Amino acid sequence: MREVINNIISLYKSDKTRLMDMLLDIQEKFNYIPDNAIDTLVEKLDLPKVHILETISFYHFLTLKNTGKYTIYLNDSVSAYMSGRKEVAETFEKEIGIKFNSVTNDGLIGLFDTSCIGMSDQEPAALINNKVFTNLTIAKVKEIVKNIKDGKDINSLMKANLGNGKNSSKLIQSMVNNNIRVIKSILSDEYIPGSALMKIIEQERDEVINEIENSELRGHGGAGFPTDLKWKFTAKTPEGKRYIFCNADEGEPGTFKDRVILTERPELMFEGMATCGYAINSDEGVLYLRHEYKYLKKYLENVLNKMRKRNLLGKDILGQKGFNFDIRIQLGGGAYVCGEETALLESTKGNRGEPRYKPPFPAVKGYLDKPTVINNVETLCSVVKILNKGNYWFKKMGTEESRGTKLLSISGDCEKPGVYEIKWGITINEMLHMAGAEDVQAVQVSGPSGNCISPSQFNNQIRYSDLGTGGSMVIIGKHRDLLKDVVMNYTNFFIGESCGSCVPCRNLIVIYRNTLQKVIDGKGVQADLDNMLEWEKVMKMNRCGLGQTSSNPIVTTLKNFPELYENKIIEDSDLIPTFDISKAIQEYCDATGRKPIIEE
Amino acid sequence: MKDKFKIIIDGKELPARHGQTILEIANNNGIYIPTLCNFEGLKPQASCRICSVKVNGRPMTACTTTVSPGMEIENDTPEMNELRKIIVETMFVTGNHFCPSCEKSGNCELQALAYRFKMDVPRFPYSFSKRDIDASNPKIMIDHNRCIKCKRCARGIKTDDGKDLFAFKNRGEKIEISIDNELAKNISDEKAQEAMDICPVGAIIKKERGFIDPIGTRKYDNKPIGSKVKEVQ
Ligand SMILES: Cc1cc2nc3c(=O)[nH]c(=O)nc-3n(C[C@H](O)[C@H](O)[C@H](O)COP(=O)(O)O)c2cc1C
Ligand code: SF4
Ligand code: SF4
Ligand code: FES
Repeated sequence: MREVINNIISLYKSDKTRLMDMLLDIQEKFNYIPDNAIDTLVEKLDLPKVHILETISFYHFLTLKNTGKYTIYLNDSVSAYMSGRKEVAETFEKEIGIKFNSVTNDGLIGLFDTSCIGMSDQEPAALINNKVFTNLTIAKVKEIVKNIKDGKDINSLMKANLGNGKNSSKLIQSMVNNNIRVIKSILSDEYIPGSALMKIIEQERDEVINEIENSELRGHGGAGFPTDLKWKFTAKTPEGKRYIFCNADEGEPGTFKDRVILTERPELMFEGMATCGYAINSDEGVLYLRHEYKYLKKYLENVLNKMRKRNLLGKDILGQKGFNFDIRIQLGGGAYVCGEETALLESTKGNRGEPRYKPPFPAVKGYLDKPTVINNVETLCSVVKILNKGNYWFKKMGTEESRGTKLLSISGDCEKPGVYEIKWGITINEMLHMAGAEDVQAVQVSGPSGNCISPSQFNNQIRYSDLGTGGSMVIIGKHRDLLKDVVMNYTNFFIGESCGSCVPCRNLIVIYRNTLQKVIDGKGVQADLDNMLEWEKVMKMNRCGLGQTSSNPIVTTLKNFPELYENKIIEDSDLIPTFDISKAIQEYCDATGRKPIIEE
Repeated sequence: MKDKFKIIIDGKELPARHGQTILEIANNNGIYIPTLCNFEGLKPQASCRICSVKVNGRPMTACTTTVSPGMEIENDTPEMNELRKIIVETMFVTGNHFCPSCEKSGNCELQALAYRFKMDVPRFPYSFSKRDIDASNPKIMIDHNRCIKCKRCARGIKTDDGKDLFAFKNRGEKIEISIDNELAKNISDEKAQEAMDICPVGAIIKKERGFIDPIGTRKYDNKPIGSKVKEVQ
């Protein structure tokens, strides 16, 4: 084993900032990180043991215990439950003969839960040894488990159901479907790789940034920060090493649009990174790819190689002396919070993905303390389109403060889940109509960190000044129990994904969950509802966007669906009935055969 | 850029220079901003959020935010103190803090903050979480029931040759402080004392030491936490 570990370490040139890659490789090899592997890392990298354990224990897909020869991670997001996750999960348990989050005695199969894997349009879905299995049914699960137990190749089942587009290509071979429903600009095939680079090498760096400024492009990762400003801040820093990161962590439950870009338009995204490299004078880019999308890694590496061969990456790009830029792929380890830009950089360095306080912003002090631009996948694609077609073309689409187009990931209770490229400014009603959704109770705009809106708000527009969004849209039908099926699931998601550093994000959100449970159980009082609204002020004191928004599922439904809560509380009571006397003495009664006499 | 300027804390105009944090300026001017995870001389962690103040209406942590001209800061207001109190209360119900039997009682910053904010009993139900006590180390005992994850130990205590002894384990509500017992076996008595002193609560206890200060002479027996700051003026 020592030799294997040594080889992995030397593959990354004993560079301790590549700890994440080393750990991921070790995990892949052994299905866990053995103790002596850690000792070897300590010795060779001169890192403290507690530090390595800190990193391993932070990430969902790094483990100290063997996860089985076949490791199954079944997604447990809201969209999965809407599509029959419960029955699928039960079938897995029954067929394998174990409960979730355990491994069979013979070490053959491990079964685990996992947060949204970016397949909300084809749930229930699972990752089995990093391959994606979509649209799972009871029958499919039975077949998968049987194949595994018979020692057969599970890939055969997948190969019979390959997805469309590039998903069926040799280097991907996945069951994933693109489900592209509406194409406007980014997903259109009217694109020749290298076209923007060809144009910009004739221009000054400033001119490129000016074109982006004039287009009024805002980041598509969610916050809508002006892209040109970010680039300018970085370009203004003292001469020296600078980095460009493309954020493909896509972890917000219900989002999957970056997955489709990564599959169908990777050249566009990589060209966007190179363009940014030219504009801010940087020679190194990193694509931070969420672990759940590992099935795309080989394919993406091949795309990079092809681009290098065509001199769209590498040295003296397109013959332009001194224009050097190359890209490497950094896999994540399974942590939603790593989508936050500073956490993403920490993670890339091999640390736990804990967001740090800002300022200093990454534009000034980022990866390895060097100035760093971090942009979303879609943002970088828009950059190339703008340079190709001009800022006027771009600005003509959308609204005054939200220019251009936006990819929406639509899932949940609708006929046509999938990716829709829209012009900013359409209403929720228009969106629901496109997706074929009827009898809608609520729409979760922008995922759990966003806003859960009611039909009275369906005439509102998708745009920054109204309903801003990173693109996740989950449609919730009238037949769903909003509090139990949606709000509780999202709240648990945040509890599981908090980095745990800030006190309110670690503690208060658990108190929120318990209070919600109390209300759902019919034991809440008016004071509980008032408190949950009031505590939001404390949540806003958290360090990063995760903690600042993790009470949103509860708070926005309390505001937009007050009746759901009010119908469940005990009226005219100031007493907080957390104590249930009958339950408390149940065991005693069972043992003694007595019956309690409790006067109401 | 002008190097010297003024900022306003709770209506008071105070001299400020670029690079200073809000906390430094407050401390220099006898204004108490409660802190917990912060420790003088260590890089701030900004995790307890107790030092939050409103800067032009937005919550920011005083221990990390550097000042700039035009800042108007709300600190000692009923609203901010109430929000801070909520944070303190969440810590009491999430861990298991049995103050009367704790070696750090009277010298504990969390307890002192609770007194200062006049907490009688936390407003939240106790979680009675199951946590371990790690007494395997010959020099120090780690009581996870009391740890508030401020990481002051991890930031401040290293071996003599500069190696890390403490770090986090896990994330979210499952987060724990972990210690490299192999390395910690050999720390000196002084280092063990230093570790106990850097911990704001009773989560790190130097063995064979407990309950040394008689009641009445402990750090916060006579004056509430923060009194020292006010003596500056
Ligand atoms: C908890 C959290 C998760 C995030 N996840 C993502 C993500 O998966 N993808 C993304 O592009 N941005 C994500 N962001 C936003 C990033 O921090 C950052 O603003 C964005 O990548 C900037 O790119 P843009 O300017 O192109 O939008 C997240 C933010 C937070 C607070
Ligand atoms: S808000 Fe939550 S996720 Fe963000 S830094 Fe604080 S503890 Fe970590
Ligand atoms: S042991 Fe003490 S110093 Fe270390 S994190 Fe816990 S409370 Fe803070
Ligand atoms: S003292 Fe500033 S956040 Fe803890």
